[in-house]
Amino acid sequence: MTDLTDLTAPTDLTEPVAFPQNRTCPYHPPTGYDPLRADRPLTRVTLYDGRTVWLVTGHTAARALLADQRLSTDRTHPDFPVINERFAAVRDRRIALLGENDPKHRTQRRMMIPGFTVKRANEMRPGIQRIVDDLLDAMIAQGPTADLVSAFALPVPSMVICALLGVPYADHEFFEAQSRRLLRGPKAEDSQDARDQLDAYLGELIDRKQQDPGEGLLDDLVREQLNEGALDRAELTSFAVILLVAGHETTANMISLGTFTLLQHPERLAELRDDPGLLPDAVEELMRSLSIVDGLMRLAVADIEVEGTTIRAGEGVLFSTAVINRDEAVYTAPDTLDWHRPTRHHVSFGFGIHQCLGQNLARAELEIALRSLFDRLPTLRLAAPAEEIPFKPGDTIQGMLELPVTW
Amino acid sequence: MHTEIHIDKDLCIGAGQCALAAPGVFTQDDDGYSTVLPGKEDGDGDPMLREAARACPVTAITVTEPTAG
Repeated sequence: MTDLTDLTAPTDLTEPVAFPQNRTCPYHPPTGYDPLRADRPLTRVTLYDGRTVWLVTGHTAARALLADQRLSTDRTHPDFPVINERFAAVRDRRIALLGENDPKHRTQRRMMIPGFTVKRANEMRPGIQRIVDDLLDAMIAQGPTADLVSAFALPVPSMVICALLGVPYADHEFFEAQSRRLLRGPKAEDSQDARDQLDAYLGELIDRKQQDPGEGLLDDLVREQLNEGALDRAELTSFAVILLVAGHETTANMISLGTFTLLQHPERLAELRDDPGLLPDAVEELMRSLSIVDGLMRLAVADIEVEGTTIRAGEGVLFSTAVINRDEAVYTAPDTLDWHRPTRHHVSFGFGIHQCLGQNLARAELEIALRSLFDRLPTLRLAAPAEEIPFKPGDTIQGMLELPVTW
Repeated sequence: MHTEIHIDKDLCIGAGQCALAAPGVFTQDDDGYSTVLPGKEDGDGDPMLREAARACPVTAITVTEPTAG
């Protein structure tokens, strides 16, 4: 006789969870990741193309593995795991910094770091404050309602990165649209075409800077690296693409999703109003909690032992920052926003040699944008029911698609 | 024997996490590399010293505590 209960009993052979998935609430990991949170430090997941890869879920393992150079970021390798067909369509295009391993990565990173130190980010604060103030003036003049994404969250980092790089902000509609297509398609061909258009636009900008140098990081790179032969035009163009795209897409999403999250947690917002000194810790806690870049991709190029499990050479390894940043072994009550917890050591900027180059600038922008927004508009509130406000799908940078607000 | 701080500049990627965590001890030089502030070579008893070393994404900072006795 067959014992029917056996057929429904838990088994180790259950189908791996699909990754990535859409969030149900924009500031929490997808409920579909609950089994992953119960399975640390690493587990198996299935990608869009049916491939099964490792997903790192534990905080200690994540820090060790992200710092382990036996995990490659060279996405041109045929075995490199990608999380959607848009990435697959542009995997043959070189990406400076993030797409390179050492020693080439190290050479590239060293050209960049003087422009992104804590000191440089602090020197940029007055300029960021002016940009934020002007945008708030304009938004308030048009009020008392606005789409916070298009009126504030996107233009703040877009203007800041333009000023830093020496890209004309007058071209923002073009490069914002192409960045959006590169990351979100919707079709794979959109991503390919967007990369072509960004390459062409920034390549021509670099040519113009060679003829007529101005002031900006790209101008410095033309003078000090391109003209000296340390970088060629294609490599400098790929630098420009990643700096421009990463410089505005990520911070824009943190501003929009951070604002939405604060409005949904009035008691935490009140705490910030009472003690503005909490803001740097609040920004850090928001970055931990929101984990907007979820699903970092690597390829194992050698066997790696991790807490009793062996990752084999040739296997794909993904990192869910949202799951890692809510590891109960590191963060007490990880689903709760808490400005007083020790929240540093989150992996929202990654870890290891590829840790975000622009993180100090991002922190400065977020602090200034959020403080100024709530100072100027103490009655800021959502202008639509929270559950009706659209946010981004799970296979791209997380954030709000729009954010209707009033005051 | 004093606390000693060692920074491996070959590893340093200039992320600035040490300068952010313990600004009383660490800074970044003109090239962006981590460096100890003059006069703070022994860590100056900064309670954030170990936190700064742990924050380094490439484990470039080693803090050696004095041995007891």
